[in-house]
Amino acid sequence: MSTGLIFDIKKYAINDGPGIRLTVFFKGCNLSCQWCHNPESMSPKIQKMYNAKKCIGALSCVDNCPNDALKMTSKGIVTDYNSCNLCGKCAEVCPTKAFEMLGATILISDLIKKIDNEAIFFDQSGGGVTFSGGEPLMHSNYLLEALKECGKRMYHRVVDTTAFASLETVLEVAKNTELFLIDLKVMNSEKHKEFTGVSNEKILSNITELAKTDCEIIFRIPLIKGVNTSEDNIRETASFMNSLEGNRKMINLLPYHSVAENKLVKLGKAADFVEFETPIGNEINNIISQFKSFGITASVGG
Amino acid sequence: MKTVHKNKKPQRPGAAQGNFYKPILNAIGPGMNERIQKLRKLSFEAEPSLSIERALIQTEFYKYNYGKYSIPVLRSLNFLEICKQKTIYLGDGELIVGERGPKPKAVPTFPELTCHSVEDFNVLNTREMQRYTISQQDIDIYKNEVIPYWSGKTMRERIFSHVPKEWSSAYEAGLFTEFMEQRAPGHTALDGKIYKCGMVDFKKRIQEEIKKLDFLNDFEATDKKEQLDGMMISCDAVILFAERHADLAEELSLKESDPARIKELQKIAEVCRRVPAKAPRTFYEAIQMYWFVHLGTITELNGWDAMNPGHFDQHLAPFYEKEIAEGTLTRNEAKELLSCFWIKVNNHPAPPKVGITAKESGTYNDFTNINIGGVKQDGSDGVSEVSYIMLEIVEELHLLQPGNSVHVSSKTPDRFLKEACKVIRQGHGYPSIFNPDIYIPEMLRQGKSLEDARQGGCSGCIEVGAFGKEAYILTGYLNVPKIIEITLNNGINPLSGKQVSIETGDPRNFKSYEELYEAFKKQLNYIVNQKILVSNYIDRMFAKYSPATFLSVVIDDCISKGKDYYNSGPRYNTNYIQCTGLGTVTDSLAALKKHVFEDKTVSMDAILNAVSKNFEGEEILRQAILNKTPFYGNDENYADAIALQVYNDLFEVIDGKPNTKGESFHLNMLSTTCHVYFGKVMGATPNGRLAHKSISDGTSPSHGADTNGPSAVIKSLTKIDQVKSGGTLLNQRFLPSLLKRDEDLMKLSHLVRSYFALGGHHIQFNIVDTATLIAAQENPEDYKDLLVRMAGYSDYFNDMNADLQQEVIDRTENESF
Repeated sequence: MSTGLIFDIKKYAINDGPGIRLTVFFKGCNLSCQWCHNPESMSPKIQKMYNAKKCIGALSCVDNCPNDALKMTSKGIVTDYNSCNLCGKCAEVCPTKAFEMLGATILISDLIKKIDNEAIFFDQSGGGVTFSGGEPLMHSNYLLEALKECGKRMYHRVVDTTAFASLETVLEVAKNTELFLIDLKVMNSEKHKEFTGVSNEKILSNITELAKTDCEIIFRIPLIKGVNTSEDNIRETASFMNSLEGNRKMINLLPYHSVAENKLVKLGKAADFVEFETPIGNEINNIISQFKSFGITASVGG
Repeated sequence: MKTVHKNKKPQRPGAAQGNFYKPILNAIGPGMNERIQKLRKLSFEAEPSLSIERALIQTEFYKYNYGKYSIPVLRSLNFLEICKQKTIYLGDGELIVGERGPKPKAVPTFPELTCHSVEDFNVLNTREMQRYTISQQDIDIYKNEVIPYWSGKTMRERIFSHVPKEWSSAYEAGLFTEFMEQRAPGHTALDGKIYKCGMVDFKKRIQEEIKKLDFLNDFEATDKKEQLDGMMISCDAVILFAERHADLAEELSLKESDPARIKELQKIAEVCRRVPAKAPRTFYEAIQMYWFVHLGTITELNGWDAMNPGHFDQHLAPFYEKEIAEGTLTRNEAKELLSCFWIKVNNHPAPPKVGITAKESGTYNDFTNINIGGVKQDGSDGVSEVSYIMLEIVEELHLLQPGNSVHVSSKTPDRFLKEACKVIRQGHGYPSIFNPDIYIPEMLRQGKSLEDARQGGCSGCIEVGAFGKEAYILTGYLNVPKIIEITLNNGINPLSGKQVSIETGDPRNFKSYEELYEAFKKQLNYIVNQKILVSNYIDRMFAKYSPATFLSVVIDDCISKGKDYYNSGPRYNTNYIQCTGLGTVTDSLAALKKHVFEDKTVSMDAILNAVSKNFEGEEILRQAILNKTPFYGNDENYADAIALQVYNDLFEVIDGKPNTKGESFHLNMLSTTCHVYFGKVMGATPNGRLAHKSISDGTSPSHGADTNGPSAVIKSLTKIDQVKSGGTLLNQRFLPSLLKRDEDLMKLSHLVRSYFALGGHHIQFNIVDTATLIAAQENPEDYKDLLVRMAGYSDYFNDMNADLQQEVIDRTENESF
């Protein structure tokens, strides 16, 4: 049985596809978008988060660390990552959950149990399960197994992905998925590479092939000023969508939000934070009408 | 220096009069037209005051008449005298008329039940919250005329002079409350009979019953005659009361210069001459009919939880549909009349209590609750156009009273639920949502017929009853967490050091969790028996000395039985004990079970010591309990199984205990705001809750204990078999961002449908306001459940840093829908 590293399972997820959903967040991503909302999802390894706000100085972590990797400082507990082997003892003994381990392998059977528990909400709302991340396609064996189990139970399945994977994987997953949520981060390939670490040719060609299947696709664009809000980018995004087979006319606009900073601090990576600019109301409205002029329905949120 | 009380804990948004709602911008305030705007403003701004008029009329009447008549006749003549003499109010622009007091928000006193002292009046007159004004002159008159007559004779004094010592010590410790120590058992909702029969018809039926009495063979015939005589007089009293309004309207019409208002006054006179004497013929008359019956009931006695029209939309729909078809009524006219009614209910704050409780903040709410939607008596969908009009009024007027609830069965259309969700989104805390598919079986289990159960619903807060056919007496709240507290102290109240219950052993010697739980069960049984002992006594006191002869006219089968509402006259007679704090109890037991008996990470002695010193110097232990205990409300079986066991044992101990009417006590999981008082009389609890902090409400998780979102809460709550109760309650806090888009509203409605499909009885959403978020920043552990969901991102409010929290607060402040 394959395993996948999962960092969170959210119930009553109402922004990740139709109805009331359960969203499974995989850990690990092959893109590294500078604006990523969920920086804790990037590394494919188990990580540790420390929330100084919750720390009451009980020092049970320091006392119990088998590797002497922790030290109390004026800014709270500091981890020496050269000694820390991420054993998780600190999180286990911390009375306030100031330490939390991120990422756990969950057996498919256990995951399905959790999903089954929420079935009544799917039934009543036309919801289902969303696999998000990180990049779920990085865990394709596990993902496929989970998708097939969900399929047997007739749960609606959504995969929230960058589409950066082998075409074979994408098409195999597509056979077991009803709806894809796919980011079109920026159309210019160089810019794409600059901001996400990879160029987008493979992504776009995967989407082109995916569009030939019966799967539903809703696109998403994280709106970031100076990255992808220009008229050119909106036009290119729309014309790409219009070039696809099937009726692929829906895009959700997700205005940039600086929530990542908080999480990066907890990951001990405050220095990695890059602040971007959010477009304001009027600019968003302009983008919506631009999309409209190309026959694309854009809406905020999703 | 004046102390400024900063109220950190925000009140329920409903009480805050709507925090997101942006009223129609005009100089007067919200409302569909100028009349409604003005009446609403008057009602909203009128200061609650005390009127001594009723007390004076009654005292004078009793002085000359006590002893001349049988008790039922005395009570009805007293009621007649009040209807004859009281000041009649008819305000400018009013269409629906009648006030219990001499003017809006003027509340009478009921010295026969409980007599306010001069000190009570001074407190009520000056306290910061829930003030009732009264002039010094009135206080002096009361002191000289009213207090001397009633001293020692009130129901309250008579009850308290008879209660056993054991009851008193448990009561004083705060193990339970007693509703009837201050008010008459009320809590009544009506069915549809007053829209088909007028008082003249009821009188005919009463007369027929009198004729049938067999004084030779029926040993109760004399008692029945006295009761039926009293009921006849009561019918005359309300007819007279209405006629006096007609007279005044005519008188005013002669002085009026505005031709439009003259017509309105003439119409009022015509309506008041018709109802309640005869059955209503129109939508207008139907509303006025109910309102006179309502006023009669709350003037006759001071019944707890006032009075409810029941399924008001279902009662009004036939009138509405007929008149719309005939072209004699427009939708707007109907809405205006209903708005007038809404404002009338708001004009009637609850009568204030006496004694120490006057110092505590109470509520103006008298708990009239309009049931909207639901199912009809034949089982079909009860939603009509009137239901939608009512939702519009709730949204537009956002008044404290009347409370309102929507009733959503599997047959209820989605459109209705969605419209209700739109109102909920405004953040008033209303309407609450009920599930007829569960509360009908609840009533069937208690022995009601299917038709009677379907005509039933929820009155007051969450409690079910067969409308128009049942006396379902709420006897008081049970402080279940306090029972854990005394179990852990071997029957001693740790706050006073006094023995208040039986000894069940020092918990330090308990070898197992089961031993601890057995001790709790013994304590529970003892305390419930104490409560019932006195409840039964009070029930007989009211049956003998304080019959409600008017209310008995409109409740089946008081007329045919010839018996009073308080004396098993109704078709069904239930006593409820309302149990509070399931969350606090479960979490406390879970903490002891896990840390003391299973993991053995802390000894019973250590935990009891920490609890006894309110966790001072024990923050690490407290945090470990808070963060490492599986708490109720997370869809985890460890805690949910404990909740189920506690619930089943509450049921076992309470359900089926006989009451004085040949029927029985039932369980109810209601708290209203009593969990705040119960928290105040308690020290810290093993779940990490600090001393004097509020306990959890009826069946919702403890504040901050549920950290897996609303679907997990719902799963936890539906592990208990709610059909065995007479009502459970679930309050859920939602951030406005979870209800931003129309799509989110649909998802909210699906969440409700899911809860109801699983067997939930009631759910209510409090859309949090800025004040709540600020409170959450100050007391994070009480607000762990506040979920923030955005596309591609999700977090708990408490896990966000200050800047982000501020942003959420700013957005909450600015977002209107």
